[in-house]
Amino acid sequence: MSQRSRLSLIIFQSLVFSLLFALFGRLFYLQILASDQYQDAAISIQSRDIVTPAVRGAITDINGLPMVVDLPGLVVSIDRSTLDKQPDKGLLVLVRTANLFNLQYSDIYQRTRLCGELPKNNRAGCWNGTRYQPIPLVGGASQDLALKIMENADLYPGIEVQSVPIRSYPSLEGENVAHVLGYVGSVTDEDLKNQEEVFYRNEVVGKTGIESVYNKYLRGIPGVRTVLVNRKEVVTKQSKNIKAIAGNNLITNIDAKLQAGAERALEGAVKRARASGYKGDSGAAVVLEIKTGRVLAMASYPTYDPAIWQKGLTVKQAEDLFSEEKGVPALSRPLQGLFAPASTFKSISVLAAANAGYSLDATYNCPASVLVGSRVFNNFDSKAAGRLSLEKGIAISCDSLWYQIAYDEWVRDGGLKPKTNTKDYFFNAANAFGIGKITGIDLPTELSGRLPNRQWKQSWYEQNKDFYCNYKQRAQKKDLTPYLIEIARENCIDGNKLRAGDAVNFSIGQGDTLVTPLRLAEIYAAIANNGTYYKPQVARAVVDVDGKVVKEFKPVLAETVKAEQSTWDFLHRALRSVVTGGTATGSFSGFPVAVSGKTGTAQVFGKNPNGSAKDDTSWFASYGPTENPQYAVVMMVSQGGFGASTSGVGVRDIYATLFGVVGNKVDPTKAVFPNGVPTTIAKVDLKRAASEVDLTGIKVGGVKLK
Amino acid sequence: MSTTRNYRRSSRGNDFKYDFLLNFAVGGLLIIGTLLVYAGTRDWFKSSGLDPEYYLKRHTLNILIGALLAYGTTLIDYRLLRAYTPIVWAAAVLGLIIVLIPGLGSEVNGSKAWISLPGGFQLQPAELAKIAIIVGIAMILSDRDQVDKDPSDLDILKVLALSAVPVLLIVLQPDLGTVLIISASILAMIGASGAKPRWVVGLLLLAAAGGFVAVQSGVVNDYQVARLQSFVDPTSDPRATGYQLRQSRITIGSGGFFGKGLFNGPQTNGRFVPEQQTDFIFTVAGEEIGFLGCSVILGLFTLFFIRAFYICNRSRDLFGRLVSIGVIAWFAFQTFENIGMAMGLMPMTGVPLPFLSYGGSSMFANLIGVGLLHNIHSRSH
Repeated sequence: MSQRSRLSLIIFQSLVFSLLFALFGRLFYLQILASDQYQDAAISIQSRDIVTPAVRGAITDINGLPMVVDLPGLVVSIDRSTLDKQPDKGLLVLVRTANLFNLQYSDIYQRTRLCGELPKNNRAGCWNGTRYQPIPLVGGASQDLALKIMENADLYPGIEVQSVPIRSYPSLEGENVAHVLGYVGSVTDEDLKNQEEVFYRNEVVGKTGIESVYNKYLRGIPGVRTVLVNRKEVVTKQSKNIKAIAGNNLITNIDAKLQAGAERALEGAVKRARASGYKGDSGAAVVLEIKTGRVLAMASYPTYDPAIWQKGLTVKQAEDLFSEEKGVPALSRPLQGLFAPASTFKSISVLAAANAGYSLDATYNCPASVLVGSRVFNNFDSKAAGRLSLEKGIAISCDSLWYQIAYDEWVRDGGLKPKTNTKDYFFNAANAFGIGKITGIDLPTELSGRLPNRQWKQSWYEQNKDFYCNYKQRAQKKDLTPYLIEIARENCIDGNKLRAGDAVNFSIGQGDTLVTPLRLAEIYAAIANNGTYYKPQVARAVVDVDGKVVKEFKPVLAETVKAEQSTWDFLHRALRSVVTGGTATGSFSGFPVAVSGKTGTAQVFGKNPNGSAKDDTSWFASYGPTENPQYAVVMMVSQGGFGASTSGVGVRDIYATLFGVVGNKVDPTKAVFPNGVPTTIAKVDLKRAASEVDLTGIKVGGVKLK
Repeated sequence: MSTTRNYRRSSRGNDFKYDFLLNFAVGGLLIIGTLLVYAGTRDWFKSSGLDPEYYLKRHTLNILIGALLAYGTTLIDYRLLRAYTPIVWAAAVLGLIIVLIPGLGSEVNGSKAWISLPGGFQLQPAELAKIAIIVGIAMILSDRDQVDKDPSDLDILKVLALSAVPVLLIVLQPDLGTVLIISASILAMIGASGAKPRWVVGLLLLAAAGGFVAVQSGVVNDYQVARLQSFVDPTSDPRATGYQLRQSRITIGSGGFFGKGLFNGPQTNGRFVPEQQTDFIFTVAGEEIGFLGCSVILGLFTLFFIRAFYICNRSRDLFGRLVSIGVIAWFAFQTFENIGMAMGLMPMTGVPLPFLSYGGSSMFANLIGVGLLHNIHSRSH
């Protein structure tokens, strides 16, 4: 053997044993060092969790009458991962399905696209789940059509039909309650990332309203069956089976009958406004129980059918929900509508005046106009009412007497050069009633409104200073009129200062002040209750399927507005005068129950989408019965014209339902609460929902129905 | 050392010496392999309503046939093999041509490597070509007047010419894995023959260039390119080869130290790794008998190579030494390629694991290779 050959042999030997050593090293890494990680990976390959969503709890009214309940229905859904594997990407299948259900192909196409797949400006109705989740297409499909799909499975690859619980709205009293209840939808990626609560792909969760706030109670515990599968996804073994536990039922404070009445009254008010030539684009009505803050009814106009979410929302329906033309039905006006309170604010001004030392029993002048600085402020209708008592001033809603008081107080606080310790009676009174703050109602996305006090002015100025001080460069060409340039110049110089005009406007609820209808209802509940008001609450109690109370929502004190008892007494008298001898007298003529309230007709600056100037906001804020007040009732109709004729009559209609007024008489048997608002927690009565829909032998809410 | 004396003594008789440790290693691997083939197919066949022992029976039969062939190999004095070499070579080339003829060869996984035989048996001529090439090269390189002289350039060219025909035919199948293994054997034998280092270096460069040209010209199928790509970047083709490699690694890794127990591997029983009774047999070992069992397998391979090198070093002549080196290179590279692939160290090529994988032709070739080693061993005493 040559030297070279011997050397190559040694190299070769070392190479072979090095290779073996490398294999051993890799083996050690895989099976010892990284084994845990691979064991986890193996388990996720072998096991599948089959999730059965729990039957979602029902939401009932204050008497246990179901407003939302899970009923079994057929759902047709699309599996994108199967569809995408078709040679034509599922086009033919979608066309066939569209024809079968009499839907637009473009509609189905849009709804089966992931939101990310569509251009940003055209995402209405898109699917915000993942490709691997069945996309519900038609809820509550008819047996015939469902059978057509199941019998011709080869024609409909990726189309699945399943019997699943469907959120149903029996509307037993004709109520709609869409905005309060909210709706449910499939889980999103955000839900799945939720660290606190584990969600599964095929579950539904509350998206808004009560459904969202109390989702954790309503949801129940989904059943999970874990199985081992082989490569062909054939189940080889079941490793775990946890049965679903039905969600708890939620009893709300809403009374279905009163709610339906409030909805009818609101719709009637809007139609009245439109008949009088106003735009009447939207409205809200709120009924609170004064001594607890319970929300007994809450209506929003325009509304929508809450069931559309479950039946499968068409693209048009999705667009309509947010369309300006349709009045954005998705908005919940009671919490999200922001409007100037106008004359309804004068009750707060009374408190401010009393605190400032003005006598509530004295007489005041109510001229046609008042000169404030260099600007003329007109009385409502520019008519003089002469010298009158403050009570009469409230009853006929005199503005000009407030101009004088507010102006005097503004001057006392230093005018344009404010003192260091300004009294700000008006702002402080408004603040005590919670203007500019959310009420904290148990519904999502409530807006806070605005209290345009000195701090607000300052922060507004800081945000807009640049714009006004460089107005000629920043503004659009059409806004470069001499008048607007002059205003911009003023704003640039002292836009942070509270001007006399601001103070005067504030005293009659105009200017920059904004409240929600719910906040105004809180304010009138507080007035009726001598200053004490409670956090508005929709939920009454959570009960399990056996009726056991899981959680009770007790009244929560919000705040107590401090004032002399004589001030409250004055307000009670004055607000009664509005109805007996003031702006609302006509609206309530012949009404057999004494109620108190205040009209408001707010001027709105701005334009409608069609370019027309905005009509006035119509308000009526009230409480009743006048003696021993129980309920605060507020109605608002945006662009609804006068407070009395539009909303005042609407509020009267709500009281009629509430007290059981037929004609000009009270029929106690027809009253919503003949024995007062129930103090005990009602029994949930799903059978009444079942009697509307045939549910024989089907489990609902964990209770087998007979 | 006198060759004549040994030559006479070596005529087959009762004095034939088997290397016990070599047999121990091979026997151990065969037993483990049989159990793994059974474990990898039992549940699958049972759930498909087929005979759960089907693969067990076939595998055992393959071993028995292979053992007979190995015994046959030991009957002939290896130096007389030179006489048979041209016949074996011609038979292998013929077989390799037949598989390429449509209708005669059958295609599996994009590779035309098999000849179907009656009774459901399939023959893979490339496996037998390995032996023909090893023995052929050893013959050329040792057939010289002066044994102490290093081989001339002409000898090397002869070697290359002899190998080129079957290798090119295998490239056409194409069976990249076998080509690589045969190339490794050729290179090892040329290197060990004492040829000039430039031949070894040159051939390595040629192999690299050849590989590049093969990929570019399309001789190598798309599926082979995909396999290589998925090795470099496992996400490039997640459902196909990348999927297999990932599954394979997970299956081995999930075995842990003791493994899940024979017949108890959920990955194996769920058949998440394809080809797990053949090319991916090591995943069954990884999952079911764990690090402990796999170490035994690697240990037995190590023992096998130690004994093979021992035989190589003790060989009395260049021919025996070169044959044993060729056999060692073949087994070593095939073992490394197969287990390395299963563990994600090597790209995916369809080569079976010697002594463990199910497959007739490869089992026969493996055991003939062992027979050759025994033959050389016996005649070195």
